Amino acid sequence: MPSTTYRTELKKVRGLGSAIGGPGTDHFWAQRLTAVSNLFVVAFLVYTGLTLAGAPLGDVKAFFGHPFNAIASILVVISTAIHMRLGMQVPVEEYMPHGLKVPFLFLNTFFVIVIAVVGVLSILKLFLGN
Amino acid sequence: MAEAKPIAGTRPLAPKPMSPHLSIYRFKINMILSIMHRVTGITNYFGSLILAIWIASAATSEQAFNTVSSYLATPLGLVILIGFTWSVMHHMLGGIRHFVWDVGWGFSKSAVQFLSWATLFGSLTLTAIIWGYALSHWGHALSLWGAR
Repeated sequence: MPSTTYRTELKKVRGLGSAIGGPGTDHFWAQRLTAVSNLFVVAFLVYTGLTLAGAPLGDVKAFFGHPFNAIASILVVISTAIHMRLGMQVPVEEYMPHGLKVPFLFLNTFFVIVIAVVGVLSILKLFLGN
Repeated sequence: MAEAKPIAGTRPLAPKPMSPHLSIYRFKINMILSIMHRVTGITNYFGSLILAIWIASAATSEQAFNTVSSYLATPLGLVILIGFTWSVMHHMLGGIRHFVWDVGWGFSKSAVQFLSWATLFGSLTLTAIIWGYALSHWGHALSLWGAR
């Protein structure tokens, strides 16, 4: 009786998987890098929310007209966009049925890019409009 | 499920071992928190739409901004905003908990349970502080709410 193995022949041919110095490591690292920057993001968002809650448009324009707030807001968009893109990839890969996996991975990237472009452009317009 | 056919000239594959699934586990707070970390992450993902629509409306026109603001100031809008805030706080504290584990701390049974409950109560506390402050200072929007 031949000895059995869990390892497929394909695995042996391909050699290293994504976990060893490959995209898996990059994903893990970038997710944690942006998790740290998102701590500052949350602090700034809470500050923004409490400053602008119920405020008229003039106050909002003045807020984003300040360079510090404009820069911080754009950093918010960048940090959250990367984190969102990497984060949503995980449940899509794990729970989506086979045929829908790739379309939803594409959709994930598209959604995040649209949100990020809308965010950055709006912030720039409010900043430059002052 | 169909057995995988071995490729000619290779050893046959053993059936893959299957892990027992959700239903056989006894309830543990950390397993609920693990699920909630995913759920809140997905919620925050779509919650970003609210922030994007809000900032885009401010950059578009006074009318667009006032329309979006008035929707956010409705009772339903406030419930969504408070829920979004809690989701962000929960995901943030959950992330910190994962950082503690990433560096190799907090794996004892009591530490895991403490970190889990701390995440849950911490997120509720932070949300209460933020919205307690917001609602007590948000006279303009509250009167807007009352006027509707």
